[in-house]
Amino acid sequence: MSQLNGDATIDDGSSLSLSDVAKFYSSADGSRVHALHGFSLSVAAGEMVSLIGPSGCGKSTLLRLIAGLDRPESGALRVGDAPITDPSAERGLMFQDPNLFPWMSVRRNIQAGLVARGVLHRRRREVDEFLRLVGLEAFADHYPHQLSGGMAQRAALARALINHPKVLLLDEPLGALDQFTRMKMQDEVLRLWRARGTTMVLVTHDIDEAIYMSDRIVVVSPRPGRVEIVIDVALERPRLRNSQPFLKLRAEILDLLHFAGGGSDEAVESAAGRFRGRQS
Amino acid sequence: MTGVSTLSSGDSRIISSAAVEPADRGGRAAAALVAPMVAAACALLLHWGLPSRQSPLPTRLYPMLLAGLLAAAVVLAAVHRAWPRLRPWARHNAPLLAGGIGVLAAWDLITLKLALMPLPYFPGPDMVLVGMVDDRGMLLESAYHSLILLFTGYFAGVAAGLASGILIGWFRGVRYWGMPVLKVIGPIPATAYIPLVMALFSNAFVSGSALIAMAVWFPMTMLTASGVANVPVSYLDVARTLGAGRRYLIFRVAVPAAMPSIFLGLFMGLCTAFLTLIAAETVGVRAGLGWYLKWQQGYVEYAKVYAALIIMAAFFSGLMTLLFAVRDRVLGWQKGMIRW
Repeated sequence: MSQLNGDATIDDGSSLSLSDVAKFYSSADGSRVHALHGFSLSVAAGEMVSLIGPSGCGKSTLLRLIAGLDRPESGALRVGDAPITDPSAERGLMFQDPNLFPWMSVRRNIQAGLVARGVLHRRRREVDEFLRLVGLEAFADHYPHQLSGGMAQRAALARALINHPKVLLLDEPLGALDQFTRMKMQDEVLRLWRARGTTMVLVTHDIDEAIYMSDRIVVVSPRPGRVEIVIDVALERPRLRNSQPFLKLRAEILDLLHFAGGGSDEAVESAAGRFRGRQS
Repeated sequence: MTGVSTLSSGDSRIISSAAVEPADRGGRAAAALVAPMVAAACALLLHWGLPSRQSPLPTRLYPMLLAGLLAAAVVLAAVHRAWPRLRPWARHNAPLLAGGIGVLAAWDLITLKLALMPLPYFPGPDMVLVGMVDDRGMLLESAYHSLILLFTGYFAGVAAGLASGILIGWFRGVRYWGMPVLKVIGPIPATAYIPLVMALFSNAFVSGSALIAMAVWFPMTMLTASGVANVPVSYLDVARTLGAGRRYLIFRVAVPAAMPSIFLGLFMGLCTAFLTLIAAETVGVRAGLGWYLKWQQGYVEYAKVYAALIIMAAFFSGLMTLLFAVRDRVLGWQKGMIRW
């Protein structure tokens, strides 16, 4: 994959750089809640990065900021050389809930991005390709309420991909699926990632998923969310979920998250220090 | 092994219950299908057998109607026998048909046969039928005029209500100014504007349709606006990340998502439109079923008043049924079936 990363030019709008990003929310009693504070991260073009961390650490907020759905209070978000100001078809977003439009058939859902940009007439053929890609040809005319959870999520994936986004943001997209469907979908996403060189940022609660999928794992600390530590996953692809290195990395991350979740600052620091030593 | 044995015991239970039930259900179905025939025969016997105590003496129209209903009952039974796919439909409608015939017979009994209700205000079914047949040209013409007036007003009101509802639901600024206006003038019944509308438009058709349009506009605006304003944000977020502009967000996301609410507005609007139609026709407009009703009341032709009421009932319930059919088609994407 490093080959692919090296080939991609830096300015083609598929690398991300976040520097010193802060985002607040006002809670019901009027006080301000820090969702993110001083968050900095660079994602290379074509890279697959996972964000893990406890609930409420601002991971989803971060994806919304990258997507352009929200604005930060301070700091800069850039895609390629351009600052992120608005949502764009260049940056696709997939939620845990498939959020298919219930009044549209599967086909209409998948082609929504083409219709929205007024290019359906030129690219109608692609809709069939994407239906085939996610294995839903037979369900093209079904409505979302007639689909299983996995099928709905595959349709949402096709809908997010039909615009050929340079960056795909995945907010726990597989979290609601059963174990088998999830593993299948992970391979599916990896296959698409490899085939297209799309930059992907994946928010997940599942450590196995993070290790299985990503080039780097970013551990995010809670309240306010910021980068705790970045772990390079130097395992060869395709990865084996039960290989020794995989399980070892998994144990180390679990160890780290235990401290990051409830331990003292020194304990977190020392665990993080052990990691940095090993990684460098 | 246990799995197999449970399965087979379950099977045998199904088989045994299947052996008992059809006879019972078949018996009930037969009774349901025979009921309308019996009802029609009884109604005929009652009509011919008992002496009439009101004048004028009945014509042959009412027995002809009963004979027609008897024929319908026979057709229903034949359909049930010959057409398995329509069997549930036939079984569902047979008791209703019998009930309808029973109501006719009761009506005949308390008016013509027992003279319990005073003439000329409460004529029997035969007199009403005679009135309907005698005045069929006038009734058809009135129904036609009502339909034109209703449609003109209704569609104008729906269009205006959709437009203002979308604007108020989507744009914050429009909502700020629009909601107070809506809250103040909306609840006034449209019929209260009759003096104003008559002063504004000299043409009775224009003033009538304007009145109906106003009556439809309010529920339409209210429900469209609330539907559009309450579109789940997640749908809008998804659409924006797919490259949607404002037009797409409004017309392809917000409006379709608001459709269930919009249909509620269409139904409420249709009800107030009926009300306003009849009110408008009794004051300014010189045509239509409402006008006919008032006119015949003036001549104390109550048989024709009832005839007009029956036509009106058929006409309004037909339109309601049509709107239900449109809704079921348009909202086919909804999970399950909405029932209201």
